[in-house]
Amino acid sequence: MAILEIVNLTKNFGAFVAVRGVTLQIEEFATHAIIGPNGAGKTTLFNLISGLASPTTGEVWYRQQRLARLQPHEIVRAGMARSFQRVNVFSRRTAFENVQVALIASAGINYNFLRNAGSLFREEALELLRLVRCEDEALRRASELAYGKQKQLELAVALAAKPKLLLLDEPTAGMSIAETKSTIGLIKDVVADRGLTLLFTEHDMNVVFEIASAISVLHHGEIIASGAPEDVRKNDDVRRVYLGQD
Amino acid sequence: MTSRPQLIFLLAVFAVLAVVPFLGARYPVELATQVMIFSLFALSLNVLAGQTGNLSFGHAAFLSIGGYACAYFLTRLGWPLAVSMAGAVIMSAAAALIIGALCVRLNAIYFSMLTLAFSMLVWAVATKWRSITGGDDGFVGVDVPIYLTNPYSFFWFTLAVCALSVVALWILSASAMGHALVAIRENPTRASFLGMNVKRMRLAAFVIAGAFAGLAGCLLAMYVRGMYPQTAFWTQSGQVIIMVLLGGIHSFIGPIIGAAVLYLLEVITEQYTEYWSFVMGLILLAIVMAFPEGLVGIFSKLRAPRRS
Amino acid sequence: MLANPIVLFIQVMNALSLGMSLFVIAAGLTLIFGVLRIVNFAHGAFYMVGAYLAYTVVQTFGDTNLGFFLGVAGAGLGMGLIAFLIERFLLTRLYDKDPMLQLLLTFALVMILRDAVRMVWGSDQHSISTPPALSGAVNLGLTYYPTYMLFLLVLGPIVAFALWFGIERTRWGRIARAARLDREMLSALGVDVNLVYAAVFVVGSMLAAIGGALAAPRSAVDPGMDALVIIDCFIIVVIGGLGSLIGSFVGALILGFLTIFGSFYLQEWVIVASYAMMVFILILRPWGLFGQSDEVRH
Repeated sequence: MAILEIVNLTKNFGAFVAVRGVTLQIEEFATHAIIGPNGAGKTTLFNLISGLASPTTGEVWYRQQRLARLQPHEIVRAGMARSFQRVNVFSRRTAFENVQVALIASAGINYNFLRNAGSLFREEALELLRLVRCEDEALRRASELAYGKQKQLELAVALAAKPKLLLLDEPTAGMSIAETKSTIGLIKDVVADRGLTLLFTEHDMNVVFEIASAISVLHHGEIIASGAPEDVRKNDDVRRVYLGQD
Repeated sequence: MTSRPQLIFLLAVFAVLAVVPFLGARYPVELATQVMIFSLFALSLNVLAGQTGNLSFGHAAFLSIGGYACAYFLTRLGWPLAVSMAGAVIMSAAAALIIGALCVRLNAIYFSMLTLAFSMLVWAVATKWRSITGGDDGFVGVDVPIYLTNPYSFFWFTLAVCALSVVALWILSASAMGHALVAIRENPTRASFLGMNVKRMRLAAFVIAGAFAGLAGCLLAMYVRGMYPQTAFWTQSGQVIIMVLLGGIHSFIGPIIGAAVLYLLEVITEQYTEYWSFVMGLILLAIVMAFPEGLVGIFSKLRAPRRS
Repeated sequence: MLANPIVLFIQVMNALSLGMSLFVIAAGLTLIFGVLRIVNFAHGAFYMVGAYLAYTVVQTFGDTNLGFFLGVAGAGLGMGLIAFLIERFLLTRLYDKDPMLQLLLTFALVMILRDAVRMVWGSDQHSISTPPALSGAVNLGLTYYPTYMLFLLVLGPIVAFALWFGIERTRWGRIARAARLDREMLSALGVDVNLVYAAVFVVGSMLAAIGGALAAPRSAVDPGMDALVIIDCFIIVVIGGLGSLIGSFVGALILGFLTIFGSFYLQEWVIVASYAMMVFILILRPWGLFGQSDEVRH
């Protein structure tokens, strides 16, 4: 059963069509990769799904709920969380505070002006930091962490929203080979443990074929192939426009 | 942003202030009263500017709405003190709700411009609406309750109101909401992807800031025994921004220190020169060019030169 | 009263004249915002400094035609020099920092300049007389109209055209327009962007000062003259759209007509109406009538 349905989604920036009539279904519990050359529209597609940008035409359905044109916070409340291609955390706050404030938002007590936040959600926050292997950095400012650690921290922040559907935009971009390897393991574990559906973009084909249970290929804003990894790998169009460049 | 030592420090300051009336002179008492009123005003702006990251250039609007409302309720309607003050704070909060709802949709410079525009609208209305505000001449002669007419008792009253407000705002700043507001200041996009309604949170901060500014306005109107349109003029909003920045925009006690230092500097400077505005401009220039974290920032750098 | 064609004509001319004299000042503000992305709170203070500089020059050269025009030129040049120093030594250090710091810097300048003029010129009101060549009135067929007001009315479109030509039709203008779009790209192409910024800031500030010098014969020169002018300029650029020259032109006309005709119907409440108009425009179209809606909203 599809957890996310994208129907005929189009986004124009002036005369430029960044995403053109994309129709896509993401099955529940799938780990679905969106791949495509740079500028194919992957990030725009993510922004449309997550509410950062609103589509020119088309629909996004999450279960029975219509998402397109909702605000990001409403979409997060519906059960979807995301990370960003360039690390996007509260860089002046500690790793612990990053996760803590995410938990505060997730619990919906961000209007509670009486409850002291000092040690609020302490256990849960440390648990999440442990999960993403950042527990030793809990009291360090996010900006002081190594890039790979920041990405992992952002994963913890996203998980704090207790999503059912997780969107990761280039989760291993800018990482070393060792970090990439450990991040793949981490993502696999988390997705399995928590019964998540994962939708991600990735430039590293090794990562894609290691994690993905389904792949869609975006080219010039259009889906040119979609299906199981092996089918996509064999698809002639894909080989021509995309894998052929490797 | 908040730490228990800071709160304890502040309460100690209030304890020291409580000694002032026993010095025997009347002038220090009046000076301390004024400093406290403007500290409260600066502290209220900081909920919005420091904690949430929205630099309002029209915060004086709420100071004057609170002041005029309190003056009107006490004097024209003859309401009791508590009711008048509560009514004035509600008026300021309501105005902040309406104005804020329209302002929080805009980002940095446009937010500042729109808040400025609203405060000038309030100023213009205060100048022209003679029957309520007294117009250009101001609202002269506020009926302060008899038990507050003595400067000493008014000092105690101001001290109590300000101390309670400081505690309340400290609780807010240390609360779940306080942390969420800081998150919004630092990274609104990320905050919205945590599931926070960023605009509504900003609006909440706007209303809280407006309410406490209104409370400061009540005290001001009663202290001065009047209310004048200039209180809403854009230069007044600028002055409170300087207070906040001087103390340190990212710290809880910063605005209080900034207000106190600026106010005392003004009093001292005016004994030597009539060019206070010039001095204040130079102070702001120094903050902007060299010390954007204000006095608290300078202090913590001196204390821990190597850390961060 | 407005049914009388002569009264109506005079009021229309007054509105145009007021609008155009405000336009000269507001054009500088919008020019600076358009390229540097800075809302210059000190623009009103620059206007005031211009008026004072003109006063001093006129005092030196006498109430002659030459004295007056030297005064206007001196206001522009003197303020241009001050603006150049401000840009070189202060503003330039803040370009890559929080835009709020730039705003606050200009606010600091407001306070410094306000007292600086008192230190130099004292707190008394001064005045400049209308130059002989522009005093009196001219016959416009329907009625006589003050020459100086007519002069201001005509000057506005000339300034507008000169600015438009400078921005749209010259190499410098092209560079300035490019600088607002992409600073880094431009410096990569070997253009000295800092020089462009300095030039724009200087020209914009000179317009404020010239506006102040031109306003001096019609209003008092005193240390408080800056406070409301800057708000009028804000109203104009907000209506027209921050950074839009044509927007400022239209905004100035709207404010001119609102002020003159509004006072017939609203009497003194007209000032409330003009602030209310600024508020409404900012709510409905924060980027103004002619501005572009880039990054206005979250």
